[in-house]
Amino acid sequence: MKRPSLFTPLDPENFGSEAGDEKRVYQKQNKNPVLKGGDLTGFTIEEAGHALRSGAVNVRDLVSDCLSVIHERDRDIHAFLDVYEDALREAEEKDAILRDAPETSPLFGIPIALKDNILVEGKRATAGSKILENYTAGFDATVVRKLKEAGAIIIGKTNLDEFAMGSSTENSAFGPTKNPCDESRVPGGSSGGSAAAVATGMALGALGSDTGGSIRQPASFCGVVGMKPTYGRVSRHGLIAMASSLDQIGPFAKTVRDAEIMFSAIAGGDEFDATSVHHSYEEAEKSFALRGLRIGVPKEYFREGLDPAIASRIGELLKLLEKEGVVAKEISLPHSSYALPAYYIVVPSEVSANLARFDGIRYGVPDREEENLFEMYSKTRARGFGPEVKRRIILGTYALSAGYYDAYYVKAQKVRREIASDFESAFRDVDIVIGPTTPTPAFRFGEKTGDPVSMYLADIYTVAVNLAGLPGISLPVGTVPAEGGKKLPFGMQMISPWFDEKTLFGAARGIERILASSPS
Amino acid sequence: MISKETVEHISQLARIDLTDDEKKRFGKELAAILEFVEALNEVDTSSTVPMSGGTRMLNIMRKDHEGSGILEGKADELRRAARASKKSYIEVPNVFES
Repeated sequence: MKRPSLFTPLDPENFGSEAGDEKRVYQKQNKNPVLKGGDLTGFTIEEAGHALRSGAVNVRDLVSDCLSVIHERDRDIHAFLDVYEDALREAEEKDAILRDAPETSPLFGIPIALKDNILVEGKRATAGSKILENYTAGFDATVVRKLKEAGAIIIGKTNLDEFAMGSSTENSAFGPTKNPCDESRVPGGSSGGSAAAVATGMALGALGSDTGGSIRQPASFCGVVGMKPTYGRVSRHGLIAMASSLDQIGPFAKTVRDAEIMFSAIAGGDEFDATSVHHSYEEAEKSFALRGLRIGVPKEYFREGLDPAIASRIGELLKLLEKEGVVAKEISLPHSSYALPAYYIVVPSEVSANLARFDGIRYGVPDREEENLFEMYSKTRARGFGPEVKRRIILGTYALSAGYYDAYYVKAQKVRREIASDFESAFRDVDIVIGPTTPTPAFRFGEKTGDPVSMYLADIYTVAVNLAGLPGISLPVGTVPAEGGKKLPFGMQMISPWFDEKTLFGAARGIERILASSPS
Repeated sequence: MISKETVEHISQLARIDLTDDEKKRFGKELAAILEFVEALNEVDTSSTVPMSGGTRMLNIMRKDHEGSGILEGKADELRRAARASKKSYIEVPNVFES
């Protein structure tokens, strides 16, 4: 049961002292052949998988421990919109299977949470919106089918900004999620519920979706690993669409290896998503050699607006990496400052088209008093959508309307090409690009809700990756002290070339090992 | 500031009924966002081909035969999500009014 775990050495105090203490006790108990439930939630997926397959623990205890954390803490945190109590029955079935035959799947019996814009057959899928409050999914998303085939247990659905539009989970129609590290602060967004669920041990892993940073940014704010695959790597079938040319589903986990295990399970081409690519994924080597790895550090990512503590921690890490034989050099991504403006044209435009289906006929509860079709549409949508969704639909409709299409949408798509070309040039000289995930650690509730543009700035380092279609990962690398002795985690973003997740995970694991031996 | 008339026109196109307050607020906020994206005009894109979609793939072809059948029999579920259905159809109000 030896593995490099970034999570414990980094700063267990951040994740609730009980969880930290019990985990330490637990690790001692690992020598004991039979382990009882109590707190198995500190386990990584890798550890839990070994323990389950060796018979040291059973699936029921593991699932029951996750449910206990949910019952104890989720009244305050509100990471979940729906919790599947039938997961316990499923766990017993898995235990019976394990008793009969050896299982090799690393996800067998592992409790996983899903962002509530991913469909599970027979279960509610709200996308954090009132308009889908009573919608039950009629089929499994491809990622869900794959997780089920791998033997994972879906433990529930997590909170999100309405239709994944937001950076704080404050836009959920069902109330915000709180950051487990400091409950007066946001968990990030839009996949804030998934990040909080993994950070607290309510699930061992979770899926989110990332259109402009919605996995990496909350991972950074909650101190977990979050990964966005190359566009086309993972099927979007069964993901409620926000901006189709940018959306990707990806994992949250405690460690890089856990994220890779989940990614391996969900990656691959799919007949139901024509943009998915039939490339097979070969996992990174366990002992990825950092020596000789060429890292590019974009100078544009270290300008004003970046918290100096984040900048200095990343600088410190780069020095450590150089000692390991990494070749770090400054690079330039000259169009970086145009990523957010391009994003805020492309996204609302695609949003305005994608959300046309929520019309009270195909989806959504109609306003029955209206006889006239136009009024039925416009009143149903007025009642069902929250302010940010309306704002983006209106902006997108404006950008796509006659006379403005070339000036806004086409212009933004041209700038998008330039942004992708910047990365293409950079990757001729370097293997990985490294920078901060977010300019600051988690901010307070209400701090940015009054000003849409200031909220958009929380995604300043993450949106370019989506515009270019690249894979990226956020790795927790340090903390910033906050009031009351609390510590706010922050992440470092790593970006690799298209479809080179193997180098991304390998390098991230290498860096995680170094971090474990030099806590901040 | 974007005029109330423009916001009203756009909200009609988008089929979202806005209150007077929302019209005022969105007029102001949209102007701020449009000012923010104005920066795009600093980029010389005179010889740039616009990106479309998230991949470099072009046409995706497949054999013209039956698929995997994973979604077989799910049509009823889809109809159940609709507000009203009759036989195997989704029922909608009249599109053309008399």
